[in-house]
Amino acid sequence: MTLRSVPPALLIGAALSSVFVLLALISFAWTPHPVDGVTIANRLQPFSPTHPLGTDQLGRDILSMLMVGAQTSIAVALIAVGIGVALGVPLGLAAAANRGSLLDEVIMRGNDLIFAFPSLVIAILITARYGPSATNAILAIGIFNIPVFARVARGGALPIWTLDYILAARTAGKGKIRISAEHIFPNITNLLIVQATIQFSLGILAEAALSYVGLGAQPPIPSWGRMLAEAQTMIYTHPMLAVLPGLAIVLMVLGLNLMGDGLRDALDPRLRRAR
Amino acid sequence: MIDIRNLSLSIHGTPILRDLSLGFSAGEIFGLVGESGSGKSMTAMALMGLLPRGTRTQGQARLDGTDLLTLTEAQLCALRGNDIAMIFQEPMTALNPVQTIGDQVAETLTIHGRAHRAEALKIARDRLDRVGLSHIALDRYPHELSGGQRQRVCIAAAIALHPRLLIADEPTTALDVTTQAQILDLLKELVAEDGMSLLLITHDLAVVADMADRIAVMKQGEIVESGQTATVLAKQNHPYTRALFAASSHSPDRSETTTPTPLLSLRDVHRYYPGERQGFRRGPPVQAVRGVSFDLFTGESLGLVGESGCGKSTLTRAILGLEPVQEGQIQLIGHPVTPAMPRAERANMQIVFQDPYGSFNPRWRVEHVVAEPFHLLDRRPEGAERRARVAEALTAVRLSPDDMEKYPHEFSGGQRQRIAIARALITRPKLLVLDEAVSALDVSVRASILDLLADLQGELGLSYLFISHDLTVMRAITDRVLVMQAGQIVEEGATEAVFTNPRHPYTRQLLAAAPRLPDTIGTRDDALV
Amino acid sequence: MLRYILIRALSLGLSLIVASIVIFAVIEVIPGDPASFMLGLNATDENLAALRADLGLDGSKIDRYFAWIGGMVTGDFGTSYTYRVPVSDLVLDRIWVSLPLALFALTLSTLIAFPIGIIAAARRGTAADFSIMGATQLGIAIPNFWFAMLLVLVFAVSLQWFSAGGFPGWDDPLAALKSLLLPAIALALPQASILARVMRSALLETLDQDYIRTARAKGLTQGQAIRRHALRNAMIPVLTIIGLQFSFLLAGAIIIENVFFLPGLGRLIFQGITQRDLVVVESVTMLLVFAVILVTFLVDITYALVDPRLRRK
Repeated sequence: MTLRSVPPALLIGAALSSVFVLLALISFAWTPHPVDGVTIANRLQPFSPTHPLGTDQLGRDILSMLMVGAQTSIAVALIAVGIGVALGVPLGLAAAANRGSLLDEVIMRGNDLIFAFPSLVIAILITARYGPSATNAILAIGIFNIPVFARVARGGALPIWTLDYILAARTAGKGKIRISAEHIFPNITNLLIVQATIQFSLGILAEAALSYVGLGAQPPIPSWGRMLAEAQTMIYTHPMLAVLPGLAIVLMVLGLNLMGDGLRDALDPRLRRAR
Repeated sequence: MIDIRNLSLSIHGTPILRDLSLGFSAGEIFGLVGESGSGKSMTAMALMGLLPRGTRTQGQARLDGTDLLTLTEAQLCALRGNDIAMIFQEPMTALNPVQTIGDQVAETLTIHGRAHRAEALKIARDRLDRVGLSHIALDRYPHELSGGQRQRVCIAAAIALHPRLLIADEPTTALDVTTQAQILDLLKELVAEDGMSLLLITHDLAVVADMADRIAVMKQGEIVESGQTATVLAKQNHPYTRALFAASSHSPDRSETTTPTPLLSLRDVHRYYPGERQGFRRGPPVQAVRGVSFDLFTGESLGLVGESGCGKSTLTRAILGLEPVQEGQIQLIGHPVTPAMPRAERANMQIVFQDPYGSFNPRWRVEHVVAEPFHLLDRRPEGAERRARVAEALTAVRLSPDDMEKYPHEFSGGQRQRIAIARALITRPKLLVLDEAVSALDVSVRASILDLLADLQGELGLSYLFISHDLTVMRAITDRVLVMQAGQIVEEGATEAVFTNPRHPYTRQLLAAAPRLPDTIGTRDDALV
Repeated sequence: MLRYILIRALSLGLSLIVASIVIFAVIEVIPGDPASFMLGLNATDENLAALRADLGLDGSKIDRYFAWIGGMVTGDFGTSYTYRVPVSDLVLDRIWVSLPLALFALTLSTLIAFPIGIIAAARRGTAADFSIMGATQLGIAIPNFWFAMLLVLVFAVSLQWFSAGGFPGWDDPLAALKSLLLPAIALALPQASILARVMRSALLETLDQDYIRTARAKGLTQGQAIRRHALRNAMIPVLTIIGLQFSFLLAGAIIIENVFFLPGLGRLIFQGITQRDLVVVESVTMLLVFAVILVTFLVDITYALVDPRLRRK
């Protein structure tokens, strides 16, 4: 695949999201200003060379806050996708390999059950007993990802099971698990990659929402959602405090979605050309 | 009535049709014959004005004087379904699944403003009766009908307004032999009754030999020969026509290899499936195979012929030990065949499938694909030895050992079937099951694969179980044949004997339904020009 | 058809039962003693005992579970520990804010998404299609509560067309709807974007099918083929998404109430969490899950109306 054949959406999207990933990675080692600590004297400064995006109501540099907040968003969304893939994909593959059996029914019903609990409700349940934290946000979003990936994996696997080369593999003496691993899984990775980028971006949005209502990462860990909650009281006088974190979320999610679309286009025609 | 002159067509710059000219009159059946990629469907789409975006046309396509290529979309819409109608190859997907068949037939009438819904439904009832579906209610949905029935619904919708021309693009390719005969007969009747013209597009020379008054042979976007059917088939002026004819009736040279020792034995095999789930209960069990017994002798080529739903797929999977049987026994070289049989014994039989495009994992190289059956062996060849074995198999099927580095999508349909055969041969099996192995191939390619199979049988001492619905192929490649219907073997015997003197009524029905090419050149008395 | 409905209804019942077990287990069983959790570090033994008696925590887990379920079926959702009033009273007031908001948003979302998705599919590859795809791409990326804040900033503060929050009650339906308009729009925007894309891709896939070619061959124009054949088939995947959307909208409504100071379930639940009022949390969660499962059930029924293949004889 030459550079010219790469869909523009993929390039733009990858570039956009990489910016945030880069900022997050850099912030592990360095931020322009420390994000803990309150400097009342410095509060609510406008854009300036020392504070390119200004400071918030506690004097913290907004750019630094955004950088560290990116860590939270990305980490939560990433691990949540990881949970979804690690648990959901094997379940989906198992369901497809045993289509129509009791196992399939149970997995499908289990999926439907989890779908009845939106991420927010799962978060409420968990935090009601264990208290709010980033870990609980990860769990809430991750648990909801499991049926998503199970459904996608099963949906992608089922048509492959009907193909002749699977029958050939069975004639070669291979069992269902081996076939799922050697034949089915490699041929659904495209589907899974695209879904993973989607769920990643949804995870960012979900983490922001949970942090906004106080169910996510707790202070002093910065989080874009909580920045928005804190900015809400000042929105009439200092709208920038609310606009900037929101913009960060929009750009990050947009980048990921564009990347997902681009990936879908990039991965598909190659298979079509293969015919 | 139809007069196409110098029609050239290209899609996004790629030429599809070159300077095509053909014509026929009202009430005639015109056969357009060619292999896949010859452009025959595009010719039809040009007449209908349903060409894809990016198509450029040159030349003329006249229907009773009007050049269809110059009409606006609105004018074409008025013509379609009204003056020109079309039916397609895949009846299973040609109808809207969420609309009743009555509504879909009536739609032709309502769209052209000929009747209001109530009246249109009455006329639809009449048309459906005409195509032989009087026992099916108007409010049925397509999924409740079989493939043949769905095709009849499509025909009813197409002829609803008595069009001047009906275009049928491979209308029976996806159907069983007996159903095919019925649909073709129906089309003949409709032409005779209505004075309608029929443009019949097919790859099957035998079908047009039976049906068409005049034919044209197409190759790569050009017409290479045309004229009265009998004349073209008798004279065969163009080398391509000759090649097509020869390939269609091709019989490979086969040596006598049968021995009296049974290789595969089936005794009173029964297999049934639990019924479909209806709510919380299951319906009555489906008897797929009912008391099948036969022997396949070493070195023999045994044919199994039957239409869809007769149970041959189930029987095949049972023979391969992929599914259990509820009663009866299957034995291969004296060892029982069951899903629990030892892997090493499975290596004695392998299978080649129908669809060259679904036969291989698209992500695996040919070497990996061909070597997969090594999984059955206790001692699996690795490294250089493995590559040597794969090279050996590829050479046997007349491919190059270098091909093992490539991916399946780099090969044509015929080449892929060779790769499939190589995969089937890699464990040096005694029995090869060929499940419609040449049915999806073009006629000319088919001939070369049949040749290969015949040669391999002689070279390697293989035995074949050849499963097909195509009687011509059966006749060409098998020594004995079994006829299967509704889970049972209804007739058995030497191929030639069964085909010339069928005893069972079902076999007779099959043979009568199968379209036949004239066996010898120039013997059709009535049509010589 | 009747059999299909009955099976779905049984499925609904089963899901409710399992969901209730899960909720009960997470709140009362798994993490240990609810009473000490609720009272926290300052609990004396007397208080603990009193609370346990109060909440009926003396009985076995199974007894408590059935007591809870039995109560809910008869409308008794227990008594809020913080407010000392029946939870049902608290919920009844607030649900008439959250539920209509979610439904309002669902309606708006559907009304916006359908025409946009259809136009994008019908005009595939044109400027109209690209701009719709671009706009929806942006719409999906916008967090609804942030959008809500922006709406407040523009329409309530700058333009003063709407109040910045609050809910006047249903006595004046028009005023009530007006106060729900901005929140509903904020909720609807990202969902409409998703739905429009789903509609577009479902339609495009349908348009590729053979029966559309058959319809064109009968003389239907492209527009007629879309309206009479493609749309109904495309509805099937679209319905799935709409059903899923309701659950997201309900969750979103609860969050967005924060921006507009709406007295809905959101405030109730979040306060319940901070105040460790497990009775409230338990029952309201059950209610939310019930709403989602019910909507899924209704969507399943609609499937059968649209797709005759699901109605077995």
